Amino acid sequence: MEFFKIKRDIPFMRHAIIFNVVSLVTFLAAVFFLFSRGLHLSVEFTGGTLMEVTYTQPADLNLVRSTVAKLGLNDVQVQNFGTARDVLIRLPVQKGVTSAQQSVQVMAALKAADASAVMRRTEFVGPQVGDELAADGLKALASVVVGIMLYLSIRFEWKFAVAAIIANLHDVVIILGFFAFFQWEFSLPVLAAVLAVLGYSVNESVVIFDRIRENFRRYRKMNTMQIIDSAITSTISRTIITHGSTQMMVLSMLLFGGATLHYFALALTIGILFGIYSSVFVAAAIAMWLGIQREDLIKGGAKKEEDPNDPNAGATV
Amino acid sequence: MNRYPVWKYVIILIALVVGVVYTLPNFFGEAPAVQVSAVKVGVKVDSSTKVQVEAVLQTAGLAADVVTLDGNSVKARFGNTETQLKAKDAIQKALIPDPANPNYIVALNLLSRSPTWLTALRAFPMYLGLDLRGGVHFMLQVDMQAALTKKAESLTGDIRTSLREKNVRHSGINRNGQTIEVRFRDAQTLEAAKEILLDQFADLQSVDALDGTDYKLTASIKPVAALRVQTQALKQNITTLHNRINELGVSEPVIQQQGLDRIVVELPGVQDTAKAKDILGRTATLEVRMVDESSEARAAEGGTAAVPFGSERFLERSGQPVIVKKQVILTGENLTDAQPGFDSQTQEAVVNLTLDAKGARIFRDVTRESVGKRMAILLFEKGKGEVVTAPVIRSEIGGGRVQISGRMTAMEATDTALLLRAGSLAAPMEIIEETTIGPSLGAENIAKGFNSVTYGFAAVTVFMCVYYVLFGLFSSISLAVNLLLLVAVLSMLQATLTLPGMAAMALVIGMAIDANVLINERVREELRNGASAQAAIHAGYDRAWATILDSNVTTLIVGLALLTFGSGPVRGFAVVHVLGILTSMFSGVFFSRGLVNLWYGRQNKLKTVSIGTIWRPEPDAPVAPK
Repeated sequence: MEFFKIKRDIPFMRHAIIFNVVSLVTFLAAVFFLFSRGLHLSVEFTGGTLMEVTYTQPADLNLVRSTVAKLGLNDVQVQNFGTARDVLIRLPVQKGVTSAQQSVQVMAALKAADASAVMRRTEFVGPQVGDELAADGLKALASVVVGIMLYLSIRFEWKFAVAAIIANLHDVVIILGFFAFFQWEFSLPVLAAVLAVLGYSVNESVVIFDRIRENFRRYRKMNTMQIIDSAITSTISRTIITHGSTQMMVLSMLLFGGATLHYFALALTIGILFGIYSSVFVAAAIAMWLGIQREDLIKGGAKKEEDPNDPNAGATV
Repeated sequence: MNRYPVWKYVIILIALVVGVVYTLPNFFGEAPAVQVSAVKVGVKVDSSTKVQVEAVLQTAGLAADVVTLDGNSVKARFGNTETQLKAKDAIQKALIPDPANPNYIVALNLLSRSPTWLTALRAFPMYLGLDLRGGVHFMLQVDMQAALTKKAESLTGDIRTSLREKNVRHSGINRNGQTIEVRFRDAQTLEAAKEILLDQFADLQSVDALDGTDYKLTASIKPVAALRVQTQALKQNITTLHNRINELGVSEPVIQQQGLDRIVVELPGVQDTAKAKDILGRTATLEVRMVDESSEARAAEGGTAAVPFGSERFLERSGQPVIVKKQVILTGENLTDAQPGFDSQTQEAVVNLTLDAKGARIFRDVTRESVGKRMAILLFEKGKGEVVTAPVIRSEIGGGRVQISGRMTAMEATDTALLLRAGSLAAPMEIIEETTIGPSLGAENIAKGFNSVTYGFAAVTVFMCVYYVLFGLFSSISLAVNLLLLVAVLSMLQATLTLPGMAAMALVIGMAIDANVLINERVREELRNGASAQAAIHAGYDRAWATILDSNVTTLIVGLALLTFGSGPVRGFAVVHVLGILTSMFSGVFFSRGLVNLWYGRQNKLKTVSIGTIWRPEPDAPVAPK
């Protein structure tokens, strides 16, 4: 079986400008939603109490709401979670009340209202823990960005490092944009997924960059644009198959992983879909705009005449 | 060209065998068991307890699969829950003669069913996180400022005593937060006081200044000493928590330090959060009272008369009754430290207590008046008191340093000191994070995580085999080996597997296939360009290697950053992620090449490679015109 029967190099870079404009627009839209709507942060970040209660029959949300309201708790969110029988209750942090007791109190009231209520999960997080988590998340993001840039500039060249990072932050911001737009819950596992996407997406860029470097060595007569086109074309089959396999795993997580892994898998799905696009059109294009050329990658390349093992040495294509 | 030397196959074989052995324990499941652990610090669970348990089971006619001594608990594994329940009753009856005052906790538990030879190889199943088995998680914050204030308070008293002993006149000692201020009328006394401070209080640093007409000396705890106070407070709180949690009979509690001032407590299987919280927050108290030595009390001790009015009857640890007056002289609040040691003259094992200033003063007054009498040190837990020791007062004890001696071994002295210290918390704690996960949710999470890995794995394998035929099969086998090695390494490290960890496993499998796709596509490309079969395989692996290395290193950077800064679920994800990258490098490149070499390497005249369709552009297709 062979999916990719490509006769000639596909001129990806000829359309780079259009795609970059598209990227910029989606990116700006994501930033806009991030600022206008903000992320729907989970209890882990905001602090507060989260309770997951399950009933034997579809739960009466209004009854749950009124029961909780009777306890004198304000700003309580009640919603279905997973199935109609599962209810998620979020209580904000309250001053003066030891929130550890809150969950016990609420549970007792719910049981009194409907005896079939069963506690499945409660979570209480103090506000200072939430602040620390947010700070740690940002630290992790920063160290990932710095680490990857350092590695890429040592292994390749600074222009590639800059291009890869811009492309991948673009993916990250777009995932965040989705979470802001749909007001999906942004929890710690989602943060892990976002950072995993960053690494995963860099993977893609690295594979293409690797090929660009190799092509610069092999095809001396091509210009930069042709080199990039050829590199993307010859790796496109691998890019799509790899993404396809990873997507299969993530899809399996989305379908069978249940409510707990739902947003985690969703973040990965978006990340993978955008990763394929950004490494082809964003990373390579930015590298091109930054003006990469043969001399950047092949140090002292002029001295070394030909690679005797290279079947294409000296060939003109 | 495509041959591996024998040693490389040996490595592969060893890796496979080790992988299988350490993965195996995960498949045996769990068997019902009974666990015996100590309630009190003074009670030891050791090999004699194990022998005792074995004897009890034998007389009851109950056959245990295995009886093991594991750390400080004895565990007996049974074939079914019926025997387990009978065994629990039998052991409970034998080991706990007095249910009102138990020395042991006998609890039901689940143990891995893996055979003893695996356990002997230190092969254990993965430790499942709370989200997979259900239970309670607490994060407690220790109030370090309170610990430091307490220390400053006791130092204030000590300074006052020292200055008085040396006849240095001051015009007032005050504690202001965590600093101690001492005022003097003239410079000489200030100098004298500074000398004493320098001499006797190594933990303090001081600054002096002119304050109006007075001289003021401001002393504060040195940063090094403050750090020591904090680590000690944390350690003591952890010890106290250990003692309290023991009573819950939880099978594998996790009590560990997190950061400088936090303690994480995880109680797998516990559902009753209210009780858990109650026990975590309970305070044990220490009390010092006088022994009632009236003749009525003596008679009551012998059991021949009623306990006199104003006195109470308590038991000593040996079971000897002691009649103690109700009036409390000192409580644990006045005790700042308890350390085991030896008497310099008699070489007897002793326990050295340090009291704060108020305690020291009361103690001196009481001991002066009661030389020759007995004093009892009582520990109250669960509202029930026990006499730790009841020594005879030999002389007046001043200075707040008290020595308890009397027929103790060094071991007993250590235990008593620990008991006295662990009775109360060094600093108050509050719960800042709490998670409870129901057992059914845990089981559901396992099933869901397992399903997503299985179905995803099956889909990828089918695709690889269809698309790349034999090479796809090789890739699939190496993917399975990757999973095997990953589980083996996780079990070996006894890393905690959580739901995000299972998600990471699924993601790692998806990403690990990348190495094989890169190789397979490269081999195809070489074949398309007209390379011979052997050369194409060789070049495919060679050329793909650099790319695989680069992409894995970048992923590794992400994993390590997550590991460094992450906590909770992020950490669980990162551990599996990082290990998965490492195992996938081994299986995706080294192992899969081994398979290919084994299959194709020996064929000298290899014509075709089974790697699916190699599409070639038609050679006679019209070439782009000039």
